[in-house]
Amino acid sequence: MVGYKFCEKLIAKSGNDLYNITVFGEEIRPAYDRVHLSAYMGEKTIEELTMAPLDWYETHNISLKLADPITNVDLDRKMVSSHSGLSLPYDFLVFATGSAPFVPMIPGVEKEGVFVYRTIEDLDMMKAYAPKATRAAVIGGGLLGLEAAKALLDLGISDSNVIEFAPRLMPRQIDQAGSDLLKGKLRDLGIKVHCNKNTQEIVGDGKIEGMTFADGERLEVDMLVISAGIKPRDEVAKIAGLEVGSRGGILVNDLLQTSDPSVYAIGECALHNTMIYGLVAPGYDMAEIVANQLVGADAKSFTGFDMSTKLKLIGVDVASFGNPFLEEPDCQTIIYENKTKGVYKRINIGNDSKLLLGGILVGDASQYSMLLQTVNNKLPIPEDPEDLILGARGGEGDAGAGVMALPDEALICSCEAITKGKIISEITENNATTIDEIKKSTKACTGCGGCTPMVKDLIQGVLKSQGKVIRNVLCEHFDYSRQELLSLAKLNNLKTYDEVLHKHGVGDGCEVCKPAVASILASLWNENVLGTGRLTAQDSNDRYLANIQRGGTYSVVPRIPGGEITPEKLIVIGNVAQKYGLYTKITGGQRIDMFGAHVSDLPKIWEELIAAGFESGHAYGKALRTVKSCVGTTWCRFGVQDAVSFAIEVENRYKGLRSPHKLKSAVSGCIRECAEAQSKDFGIIATEKGWNLYVGGNGGSKPRHADLIATDLSSEECIRLIDRFLMFYIKTAEPLQRTATWIDKMEGGIAYLKSVIIDDVIGINEELELEMQSLVDNYKCEWKEAVETPEIRKRFVHFVNAPETKDPTVKFEEMRSQIKAEDWNIAKF
Amino acid sequence: MENIEIKTQKIYACQISDVPENGGACVLIDGEQIAIFNFTSKGEWYATQNLCPHKQQMALSRGLIGSTGTEPKVACPFHKKAFSLKNGACLSGEDFTLKTYPVEVEKDKVFLYI
Repeated sequence: MVGYKFCEKLIAKSGNDLYNITVFGEEIRPAYDRVHLSAYMGEKTIEELTMAPLDWYETHNISLKLADPITNVDLDRKMVSSHSGLSLPYDFLVFATGSAPFVPMIPGVEKEGVFVYRTIEDLDMMKAYAPKATRAAVIGGGLLGLEAAKALLDLGISDSNVIEFAPRLMPRQIDQAGSDLLKGKLRDLGIKVHCNKNTQEIVGDGKIEGMTFADGERLEVDMLVISAGIKPRDEVAKIAGLEVGSRGGILVNDLLQTSDPSVYAIGECALHNTMIYGLVAPGYDMAEIVANQLVGADAKSFTGFDMSTKLKLIGVDVASFGNPFLEEPDCQTIIYENKTKGVYKRINIGNDSKLLLGGILVGDASQYSMLLQTVNNKLPIPEDPEDLILGARGGEGDAGAGVMALPDEALICSCEAITKGKIISEITENNATTIDEIKKSTKACTGCGGCTPMVKDLIQGVLKSQGKVIRNVLCEHFDYSRQELLSLAKLNNLKTYDEVLHKHGVGDGCEVCKPAVASILASLWNENVLGTGRLTAQDSNDRYLANIQRGGTYSVVPRIPGGEITPEKLIVIGNVAQKYGLYTKITGGQRIDMFGAHVSDLPKIWEELIAAGFESGHAYGKALRTVKSCVGTTWCRFGVQDAVSFAIEVENRYKGLRSPHKLKSAVSGCIRECAEAQSKDFGIIATEKGWNLYVGGNGGSKPRHADLIATDLSSEECIRLIDRFLMFYIKTAEPLQRTATWIDKMEGGIAYLKSVIIDDVIGINEELELEMQSLVDNYKCEWKEAVETPEIRKRFVHFVNAPETKDPTVKFEEMRSQIKAEDWNIAKF
Repeated sequence: MENIEIKTQKIYACQISDVPENGGACVLIDGEQIAIFNFTSKGEWYATQNLCPHKQQMALSRGLIGSTGTEPKVACPFHKKAFSLKNGACLSGEDFTLKTYPVEVEKDKVFLYI
């Protein structure tokens, strides 16, 4: 990483005009992002982790020698020789050889099933071994060790242990109390932490079966990852005769020169002032310093590096900054701990109460950037220093003022060393007003990403100070919020995207405003979304009335109101799926999803489904999805109302209703709540006397329990309230805002919502009910219209010049006797 | 740099009506999938590779088109990575580039230079 960054910086300074650059690497692939290595077990591919593709090196005339490490350096003749026998002269040589895992001398470490955690190959070997393992351990409770534990979780090993020699986790970053809290969080995730543990032996016959410890205890494991620290890769430097530290590391001065002035060392292999810097930010800083020297720019020297860090470990924020371990009487310490929320914060304040000296955050590190800036820039702290971690209480608080108060020299992005002044000039002089633009022009936010919120605040703050009002407008093409635009479209009777754009917008539109306007039009008039002037404004899924899946095929979900279906209809679904070779799965909403349909098969599939009495399920739309139900009084011995009949009635009333985001509902037949109605946008639970209505529930990543707004309603009363609730939501929410967030962001919250839709304080209920009734009356199955209208139907092809040909790149694999999409992490072409 | 002679060939792709207004469609030419865009609001036509380089999906012709400032763009339906229709550059801050092709419209027919 540091070697690559050095090349990038040298090129940015036009260093490739001055020098021919040759990079030798031991690994078989170009530099990749080791900081996010554990992502390789889950969401990221090797391509995404690669710092730059091979053609990047080519474009910049860098000769890249992979799998060809340098084996010797002749300092006198200034020549390197490589493993493959290459000999090359140099003017300057830069060691960025990094480090290797430190493997302690524990008897049995050579056994099968014992791994280190450093390279893609290590991870591949772990991946291959993991299916055989059920219990695993990691030696090392530092940063990398915990990353390795996450990798084990991602590999499906639910019983994981972390063994740490020190009395606490991450001993270089956090204190005992922080470690205790982190331990609890890890335990919740299934990772057991053992501190104060000295591993004595790895036992097993050929392969690992367990570990024994100095305290006599034993742990049964069948896989072990060692992550006990790093040792700098200084072998070649040593052979060459460069000075190295007694415990490893190539000795460098403040200019990062080794004992030979034309040879440099940067990153984890360099030993500067008795320190090895095992983080990426100081490595990047070193790369910058050496690149500057080589192009003759003013030579800043390396004077050590702030080791403050913020990371997300297995979903838990951990940060430390400044001097985290200062103790009384050298400072005053303020500690906030909330065990139920899993938050620990500690700040160390100077004895004069004027300066912040350092601190630790576990569980919630949202204040990290600001606190770090406060330490580094010696900013004045509030009169009540606890406000730093608890927020101002009672007084006027302005979160945006934080970053604006910083001096221009303040380092905002420490990975790329970008100052506040640099970002401000990008905003004011080059008009970069989005994160993407700032990323592109400064590279800020592209390393660890931790500074992104600050950069966002900075953009907002600068624009505000320029007098540019930041309104909640749709995008650059519309200077209106969704609510304003909906009123305008209604007032002017606009029915196509182009009409709305010409009347109220500018430019050509984009992928943000098109779906938002399309949704507004559908919510206003409920006309076919694929009609002329609306087709190409629809979002990916609405455009083909199906859900696009990996590989580019679609999935099909017919409506099954309330989850009730006859055996005859089940057989039709089975026949259709069989005929078109589709994968079938029961959804969470009591429906059946069929996957793997080619775009040109969609109309044929729907023709058959419609003939059997099915309608569109709108699984592809920001629309009513499903109304789940339990069986209620029809079968259940506990039921008090007929939940299925009411769910079918509700689903049929609101089917096809388009809204700012998807809508889910459920009806439970008694208080046992088997239909999980309280996790839905609107949920109904039966009582002895009628129905209780709940709104604003949500599952997903931020679950929210729905709020009860009315009790013991008759079916008619219940529907009237839902009409008002949904219509009020449709008319006032932001694009892609679920009802849960809508209520949370609403001024006055649930109490205000109730005053509007129950007490009618603004007198709009009659209007809301009429509007809903007109949408209900205007419902038509859009798939039926699509297959029957040739102009719409003809768009369902992959190749317009070869309508019968299916996309030949679509590939399926077999899994449990069904098809699945080919993994897109494997490059196809 | 030496001059490289680019040899292109004019090839019939499809009818104008095959590509929806302000939208895209995919054609198969010599085994290659090419996305053609009918940028009606600007009165322009564009063509790019159909493959989105982000996750290697044949999908760009199904993407939403529009503009950022004056730059015409297409957003992939999978993860909304946006690309310039003029030069294929990725506008979402990543190092991808699309192949682009000159388009010519004659009467009701669309031709590509490949």
